[in-house]
Amino acid sequence: MHVLVLAEHDGERLRAGTTAALGFARGLADGEDDRVTCLVLGDSVDSVADDAAAFGPVLLASHADLAAPLADRWAEVIAGVVQSESVDILLGASSTLARDILGRAGGLLGGAMASDVTGFRRDEGRLIWQRPMYAGAVSACVILHGNPLIITVRPTAAEPPPRNSLPGSIVPIQVDAGRLPTSTRHLGLDGRPNHRPDVTEAPVVVSGGRGLKTSEDFEKLVGGLADQFDGAAGSSRALVDAGLTPNDLQVGQTGKVVAPELYIAVGISGAVQHLAGMKNSQVIVAINSDPHAPIFEVADYGIVGDLYDIVPEMIQQLDAD
Amino acid sequence: MSFLVLVPTKRVPDTDGLIRVDADGLGVDTSQLSFVINPFDAIAVEEALRLRERRSDVEVVVVGIGDEAYNDELRTALAMGADRAIRIDAPEPLDPWNVAVILAEVARRLEPRLVLMGKQAVDDDAAQAGQFLAAQLGWPQATFASRIDDSDNGADVARETDHGIETVSVDWPAVITTDLRLNEPRYASLPGIIAARGKPIEAMSLEELGVEIEPRVELVALEQVSSARAGQRLENVADLLQCLRENTELF
Repeated sequence: MHVLVLAEHDGERLRAGTTAALGFARGLADGEDDRVTCLVLGDSVDSVADDAAAFGPVLLASHADLAAPLADRWAEVIAGVVQSESVDILLGASSTLARDILGRAGGLLGGAMASDVTGFRRDEGRLIWQRPMYAGAVSACVILHGNPLIITVRPTAAEPPPRNSLPGSIVPIQVDAGRLPTSTRHLGLDGRPNHRPDVTEAPVVVSGGRGLKTSEDFEKLVGGLADQFDGAAGSSRALVDAGLTPNDLQVGQTGKVVAPELYIAVGISGAVQHLAGMKNSQVIVAINSDPHAPIFEVADYGIVGDLYDIVPEMIQQLDAD
Repeated sequence: MSFLVLVPTKRVPDTDGLIRVDADGLGVDTSQLSFVINPFDAIAVEEALRLRERRSDVEVVVVGIGDEAYNDELRTALAMGADRAIRIDAPEPLDPWNVAVILAEVARRLEPRLVLMGKQAVDDDAAQAGQFLAAQLGWPQATFASRIDDSDNGADVARETDHGIETVSVDWPAVITTDLRLNEPRYASLPGIIAARGKPIEAMSLEELGVEIEPRVELVALEQVSSARAGQRLENVADLLQCLRENTELF
């Protein structure tokens, strides 16, 4: 079995989700003749390839026309590599990039795809994939028919493998730029520099909801509490809709799915769609003035009260420690 | 020349309702659930209507795949203002690949400039059909759109990604999938509801479309997920922090 993992990167190194995907791939490709290769696309991304080589062999498709992750170009290259390298499973960490690009690659490769996978098992030689449905209310077990299989996996489903002492090979892939689609162009990325870790990567996430009234309050209270743990600040949909927080902080069914060691929900009522994004957190704390807020039903611990009193007190007591 | 916008829509259970795995473990008990247009597809219908308000030549055609019960949701889209509807009679559920195969054939016949559809359906949360469709048609795609600035040749689309808002430019014809903040769908007005009665819903079989279903995803089992936890109430911050010290390794 040959598993190909698509590298998601920031131009310098792999994103954490991809290292988790590499760990998941190892679990799949556990036979003697099985192998895992990492595919890096981009322009001038040698440092990403070097980072990926710590985990095994790398295929590098480097070209100016691949600088931005445009789905039609990247999927074209990926589909070509899948065919020329006899890939059985095309894998990536579940993310907006993977949904966009591996989704299109899946469409070029016959559609035997399962997204947002949380686990797998083998039954009489068949692979059975587990994935959530209905905003996480049910878990589905599915078998995919076709070849290759295309899988996006939740980063929480596996641990990154250890880095090897000897780096793997980095083999360049010839990119036929003349055959790349040209009907999509990248205009820009408005990525505000975030001095905190991403919600998907921090051991502690403090999230704010409708209880917060202004973006300054959010920064001072939710951000301030997150900082006590060197954690991430997250947001419910309501605050993003209101323009109080940026979209990349959104936790939920249609935002990011997180499973940190500690999730503190501040002024969040606990709508089903938000719970879908955080209910697998190890410890959940809820702070809300409404004793009947649904969030308390999925929380381990809760305090009923005004977040504008409680959160500053938490920050003060943690600061004093 | 007409600018046809095709809006595929899916009929889904209202996910605020109680989702319970049914007795045979292969489906969800729908007896107590109400059905709606997938919220992301309603956003697509709305965006198509706004496009028609901005231009003078747009025709909005909604498509649904399912049995006659689906006509309710199609009538809702017609009442919002869509011009006509097509229902492809097919057994549900269909996996995203086969949804895309059907929609691709509809697109080849209708020759839209734009297919506008939700980024994901809130029942299976797969978020694949739009990308599969774009790949099958060989069209550019712009997924998770939060803003669409259209022109005669194509559109600049702002996309919501994990790292912020990314803007791409696509040429027509294209597939665009909608995200939450693209717009807020209008409610059907009473005149709209009345007018919808006169708008056609064309039903088509898979045979007439020339499409055969080849399943890619086989459902083996569905398991209920329980998320309930103890919800221990604490009286004050000192107690809470003590609890966290004892129950996590973060301090």
